[in-house]
Amino acid sequence: MKSTEEIHKLLVDQFGEETLEYKPDEKVDPWIVVAAGKIQEVAKFLRDETGLRFDSLMCLSGVHYEKEEQLGVTYHLASTSEKHKLTLKVLMPQEDAQVQSVEQIWKTADWHEREAFDMFGIRFEGHPDHRRILCPDDWEGYPLRKDYKVQEFYRGMKVEY
Amino acid sequence: MDTEHFISKKRPSFFPDHQEAIYKSLEDKHATVEVDKSDPLSTRMTLNMGPQHPATHGVLRVLMELDGESITKCRLDTGYLHRGIEKMAENKTYQEFMPYTDRMDYLSPYSNNVALCLAVERIAKIESPERANYIRMICSELSRISSHLLWLGTMIMDAGAISFFIWTFREREKIYDIFDEVAGHRFTVSHSRIGGINNDLTPVAVEKIRKFIREFPDELKGWHKLLDRNRIFVDRNDGVGAIGHEDAIDIGLTGPALRATGIAYDIRKFEPYLHYDQIDFEVPTRTEGDNLARYYCRMEEMAESIRIIEQCFDKMPKSGPVRVDDAKKAYPSKDEVYYSMEGLIHDFLMTDTGVCPPEGAEAYHAVEAPKGELGFYIQSDGTGHPWRLKIKSPSFSNLQGLETVLDGEMVADTVVIIGGMDPVMGDSDK
Repeated sequence: MKSTEEIHKLLVDQFGEETLEYKPDEKVDPWIVVAAGKIQEVAKFLRDETGLRFDSLMCLSGVHYEKEEQLGVTYHLASTSEKHKLTLKVLMPQEDAQVQSVEQIWKTADWHEREAFDMFGIRFEGHPDHRRILCPDDWEGYPLRKDYKVQEFYRGMKVEY
Repeated sequence: MDTEHFISKKRPSFFPDHQEAIYKSLEDKHATVEVDKSDPLSTRMTLNMGPQHPATHGVLRVLMELDGESITKCRLDTGYLHRGIEKMAENKTYQEFMPYTDRMDYLSPYSNNVALCLAVERIAKIESPERANYIRMICSELSRISSHLLWLGTMIMDAGAISFFIWTFREREKIYDIFDEVAGHRFTVSHSRIGGINNDLTPVAVEKIRKFIREFPDELKGWHKLLDRNRIFVDRNDGVGAIGHEDAIDIGLTGPALRATGIAYDIRKFEPYLHYDQIDFEVPTRTEGDNLARYYCRMEEMAESIRIIEQCFDKMPKSGPVRVDDAKKAYPSKDEVYYSMEGLIHDFLMTDTGVCPPEGAEAYHAVEAPKGELGFYIQSDGTGHPWRLKIKSPSFSNLQGLETVLDGEMVADTVVIIGGMDPVMGDSDK
């Protein structure tokens, strides 16, 4: 069982300071911010390294930080054998929201990433089935963004009533 | 399958873009099922099941490519019950949002209420009283039994026995009567509150619960007698929809479906919440990973739930507050509201502004709902409304697993496998 701080040290040894940022004094749980282009490598390391073994991705959620004009993805990981948990975050600019897919690392991410794409318009590079999941494919806009406006008509049907 | 042919000859008139995308996705899917290419009749076809199908437990659409009678690959189409609960949450106070959680997994509303309350209490740093926590545990376990009873009835109906449904529903009716007495609602209870629960158990409710846990084990024994060695039932479920433990955890199965593969992952043990660490109970597991294993896991879980409720009654404080006595954190009691000015003002403030966790506080809190890990990820911006509220629902994860489990199965077993996974579309589609 390792704390987030210990895991952060291990990650810095492996990947260097610039891709990772540790947020120790947060209100509830600490988290680590990872650069958008590095998340796949970091995830693979976290899953395969002895003593870490994060074999389950509990939750993957998109977040819109409106003031900062950023979109983010939060990963909640857990290890069933080592019994520790970890929170990772990836931040990216709103106009060009792209992040590496972790579907190859944890297959759970498949639908969760599709949901994040559907709701926030975050593109996941390397995702094998990059479609919307809850809304139909020709839906306009990304509903969970804070500046979302519902389209007036969808295939001749009035949306807002 | 030749999608070009499908698209050019007869373009679907309903959601054409969506249809084309999903048929293309089915064609592109990489599956490892071996296909017998020598089939002289060339009986390959694409079968569309749902969204309106009596046996899919809601509006689930399954698109499968068949080779004779076996499924070579399949895709699920979800979202037919998408109501945008996460968006609604952003415009409600935390307490106002609770009734919406009832309508997610509508077979176990109490667990959803408790999951939300615990997540909010975690970021707002509220400690709910001990008696309230025990009552939450009792009711969560009751809702677990209620949910498993519905699964049992419908799954066996899917396997061909209609009358069983009536027996499990007779027992569920008793649980509904208990909830009616406890919360004032039979179905969508909304009884839990942030910082405690709405009202204490009445003596009638306690008597009803005690009667239920006295009588239920006998019913369970009878069902075991009827099903465990039932040739038709066992043949229909044994080896059907099997998945190994490594695949199961990789694809993200949760709850009984995961435990049936041999991984004893139960959040009540893994990271105990409420007072589960003070309760002695087992986590039933099997190693086969098939539908029969899921059946055994759920049946044993119901027996464990009865044990948990019994212990809760022994361990809970005989009396005491059931809600935090702090006007900034929880609703005042109705006595205060009706007979004092401050109480009325606090009641207004709680309804208008609600609990305000500190700005930037965020947490992911998961509980073991009947169907698996139900997690709430909440980010606060310092106001009474969540900035972001993500629901990680167990049915969503299990349906994703279903897409893998169905590959290579017989088309006739689809319905039983869906029944065994026990998805609720309100939960999955949010």
